[in-house]
Amino acid sequence: MNPQPDIRGRLVRINGPIVEAEGLGAAGMLDVVEVGALRLIGEVIRLLGDVATIQVYENTGGLKPGDPVFATGRPLSVELGPGLLGSIFDGIQRPLPAIAKHSGLYINRGEKTEPLDRSRAWPFQPVAALGSRLGPGRVFGTVRETPSIEHRLMIPPDWGEVEVLELAPAGDCTLAAVLGRVRDEAGSERELRMSGLWPVRRPRPAAGRLAMTRPLLTGLRVIDALFPLARGGTAAIPGGFGTGKTMTQHALAKWSEADIIVYIGCGERGNEMTEVLREFPEIIDPRTGRSLMERTVLIANTSNMPVAAREVSIYTGITIAEYYRDMGYHVAVMADSTSRWAEALRELSGRLEEMPADEGFPAYLPTRLAEFYERAGAVRTLGGAEASISVIGAVSPPGGDFSEPVTQHTSRFIRCFWALDRDLANARHYPAIGWLGSYSEYLPDIAPWWAERAPEWKPCRDALMDVLQQEVKLQRIAKLVGPDALPDSQRLILFTADLIKNAFLQQNSFDDIDMYCSPEKLTGMMQILELFHRRARELLQRGGTLAAVRELPCLEAVLRMKHAIPNPEAAKLDALRRRVDADFDELDRRVA
Amino acid sequence: MPPPGGLEYCGLRKVDGPLFVIEGVRDVGFAELVEITAPDGGVRLGQVLEVGRGAALVQVFSGTSGLSNTHTRVRFLGTGLQIPVSTEMLGRVFDGLGRPKDGLPPLLGEELRDVNGLPLNPCLREYPRDFIQTGITAVDLMNSLVRGQKLPIFSGNGLPHNRIAAQIARQARLLRGDLRFAIVFAAMGVKYDVARFFIDSFERSGVIGNVALFLSLADDPSVERLVTPRSALTLAEYLAFEKGMHVLVILTDMTNYCEALREIATARGEIPSRKGYPGYLYSDLASIYERAGRMEGREGSITQMPILTMPSDDISHPVPDLTGFITEGQIVLDRDMHQRGIYPPVAGLPSLSRLMKDGIGKERTRADHPHLAAQLFAAYAKVKDIRALAAVIGEEELSPLDKLYLQFGDAFERRLVTQGEEDDRSITQSLDLGWELLRMLPRGELYRLTEEELKERYDTAAKSEPT
Ligand SMILES: Nc1ncnc2c1ncn2[C@@H]1O[C@H](COP(=O)(O)OP(=O)(O)O)[C@@H](O)[C@H]1O
Ligand SMILES: [Mg+2]
Repeated sequence: MNPQPDIRGRLVRINGPIVEAEGLGAAGMLDVVEVGALRLIGEVIRLLGDVATIQVYENTGGLKPGDPVFATGRPLSVELGPGLLGSIFDGIQRPLPAIAKHSGLYINRGEKTEPLDRSRAWPFQPVAALGSRLGPGRVFGTVRETPSIEHRLMIPPDWGEVEVLELAPAGDCTLAAVLGRVRDEAGSERELRMSGLWPVRRPRPAAGRLAMTRPLLTGLRVIDALFPLARGGTAAIPGGFGTGKTMTQHALAKWSEADIIVYIGCGERGNEMTEVLREFPEIIDPRTGRSLMERTVLIANTSNMPVAAREVSIYTGITIAEYYRDMGYHVAVMADSTSRWAEALRELSGRLEEMPADEGFPAYLPTRLAEFYERAGAVRTLGGAEASISVIGAVSPPGGDFSEPVTQHTSRFIRCFWALDRDLANARHYPAIGWLGSYSEYLPDIAPWWAERAPEWKPCRDALMDVLQQEVKLQRIAKLVGPDALPDSQRLILFTADLIKNAFLQQNSFDDIDMYCSPEKLTGMMQILELFHRRARELLQRGGTLAAVRELPCLEAVLRMKHAIPNPEAAKLDALRRRVDADFDELDRRVA
Repeated sequence: MPPPGGLEYCGLRKVDGPLFVIEGVRDVGFAELVEITAPDGGVRLGQVLEVGRGAALVQVFSGTSGLSNTHTRVRFLGTGLQIPVSTEMLGRVFDGLGRPKDGLPPLLGEELRDVNGLPLNPCLREYPRDFIQTGITAVDLMNSLVRGQKLPIFSGNGLPHNRIAAQIARQARLLRGDLRFAIVFAAMGVKYDVARFFIDSFERSGVIGNVALFLSLADDPSVERLVTPRSALTLAEYLAFEKGMHVLVILTDMTNYCEALREIATARGEIPSRKGYPGYLYSDLASIYERAGRMEGREGSITQMPILTMPSDDISHPVPDLTGFITEGQIVLDRDMHQRGIYPPVAGLPSLSRLMKDGIGKERTRADHPHLAAQLFAAYAKVKDIRALAAVIGEEELSPLDKLYLQFGDAFERRLVTQGEEDDRSITQSLDLGWELLRMLPRGELYRLTEEELKERYDTAAKSEPT
């Protein structure tokens, strides 16, 4: 950090979150400044001669021309170190609980709080050997941040190779402690600490990108079976209001097979953040047996919080995600909602009187979106580990119309599109991810992973998808002539499609058993449905009737399997599958 | 009352719509309150929208008509727009800026508060969970309201949203314990009759002493509407979080509010987004709707019921659309049902209460409530499909099962949704009615209910009922 108390400007104009100040010609573009007597945090976003245009992350009411502006000489940065997990921050990484301690129910302006707790001691464990040479991103020590996550302390990525001169012994240290000394390539000595700053708008480097070959299992059947996301991949969830974006994001945050979750509430409801805050500590991660909150970082810049801070919140979130990725973890980032972020861009751009492109959005909207999603990926870290960031962005198209700019541009930069369908949501078919509008481009990438572990996954998926696609076509006819006018073979498609929807695709997030589906249960259920349809089709070919299929005793159990069979008892699905087979054998005999 | 401010300036540079520009000013703050003395001596209030390089852009809450460039005097008051708040405000009538409108003397507020408030810290919110029984089955059973929720009514011109809101305000109660709502009512650009209707209704039910009204009616200047809901919510926050009261805030009509916002944006020459509304409409609405809820360690709560009329009944219009993105569900009124004489015409499928899930069920309403509601929704969704099919192929051609669904659908609308304006149903009545209707359908159709629930409430009652 390089404070520049000498650079001091004066406000000349205030227009909402955008202000202009004179005398800042020497400040850098994207530098942080402090505005007015309350020292509101702002960022220089344009320099014209001596005049700087600043976006202010807090309400600017009461600021006057002539008020002082102080340059800090550093870009907008987040503090990275132990204590991030389990925390809730605002868009510029101020911890909300600490703010609450100072200012009570409401968030006062000009609050300054350290992002990470200075008083807390962490159990430091050195791992590097004295005299060893460590490249950037290499681990020199660890700290057990939560019982399930080891926090790896790394040589900062922008340091180059260093030689370890000194390293503190194992023991409890606070963030203030100097943990060691190193000599860098230029020969100067530097101190190792537990935390460091990183500019939010600059992606943290990795050694290289890796192919994405593994699905990020989410516990949501419609995703894991039909539109899978790869670990390190990107997905968008577009949908009108009330179609289930937030519920889906919450479910992903709870059950995704990731080591770390960064959840960014960006311009959405306060109560939804409260829900996460209250609920997550109570939920046990099925993989680690620990509270979910221990792997979660929350960024809450709700809709009523300052709009400029909303714009940064997603960078704050993704930078934290990159930091854990660099430790070798698989991180999943949820951003709800990227449309509100884009609207913040639009509002700021409007106040800057920039030339708008579509629907008032600035022309650089697609570039910004691309830059954000580019920060996802599976990588080889500087430290040599395989790690990933998967990004899932909710999109809130006005009127639920996907042709609007944010949805359209987003779909260019993501490879998994989970389109929420208003009709499904209205019929309370949740998750309302429509099978017609959605797609995943990761299928070929991750199919081999499934083929190795559960070879039935791909053929079953194709079979279910086929029924669903055929149904859509048949429904068009059925709507004209009535389903009873169709032959049994076609009515079977309608029947199975209904069965797939009710018994499989619908998944109630509030049901204790069904809210999450393990891969074993998933493939078990897929096999049963595939088998049911195949046997029914064969039966009809032999002259059996659909009416007989409808009367099968096993049907009730198939319809209820998602609620009746808990994840740990997925093996019971084998018995059910045999029962389906047996029931059909019986029907076959009767036909014969 | 705003404190007296500093220098007085005379003369404006330019007057344009609800805005004016004044030059040669010093020491003026952004969003500062402005007192304007018109040439005729009348005093108005305004607010600084932009300031810099010696000039300020000011919006005048009561409009600019009669202001002249030469003879208008302007004082900057050194604060934002504040109103006095106190419990004494219950039982009184105010204008949009919180000034008495009932001829009674002004209040000595216990405190002055900025109408814009400050964002509530999300980590101190308490998740709303207390079920409110409104006595209306379509709400209680299907779209339950909880204390601290923001649940708007999406309506259209000529639909009975006011009657429904008044009925809810009259009947709302908690199942356990006593709940008396203090009511804060804000009218933006509605006709006097609408305000009168609510006042009469509050008087008849004897609660008027517990109601504060902020009225900015159709013939009041439109810019004042921008402040009205904020004044109302400033009082509501005070009553709820300082005085421990449970406050129900009714805001009507949010569409008029949004139009006033559009007017200012247009006057400023801002680049519009959809339908001429400014790009920040979402954030602006959020700064109103998010002022609801419950807070940790505080007794009180704010439950919001905004009412808005959807222009040409279009739910994708920016006003209902952006509202729906912020509020915790919506009660949608259906013109077709209204025309078929159904009161309250609550649309079955597009209506939603997002907080219902945590407010109902065991130990809250009744254990079977969540699945029962889900099953009723599923069945009613099917009714809609079958009606569409029947319209094409004719009702006679439907299968016997489909015909049962049609009967169920009629009963759903005529018996479950329909009720009188004075009909105050208990949640048990509503739940039982739901089961009674489901019994019209074969058991095998009811897969959203558990075996136990069916045994307890479908099988037993089916036996005891005469067929
Ligand atoms: N998977 C789900 N299981 C159960 N209910 C759901 C599910 N998804 C959505 N819902 C219902 O839909 C409502 C709206 O969902 P939400 O995610 O808040 O919508 P959005 O964020 O798209 O506006 C929720 O309050 C809940 O009642
Ligand atoms: Mg949402």
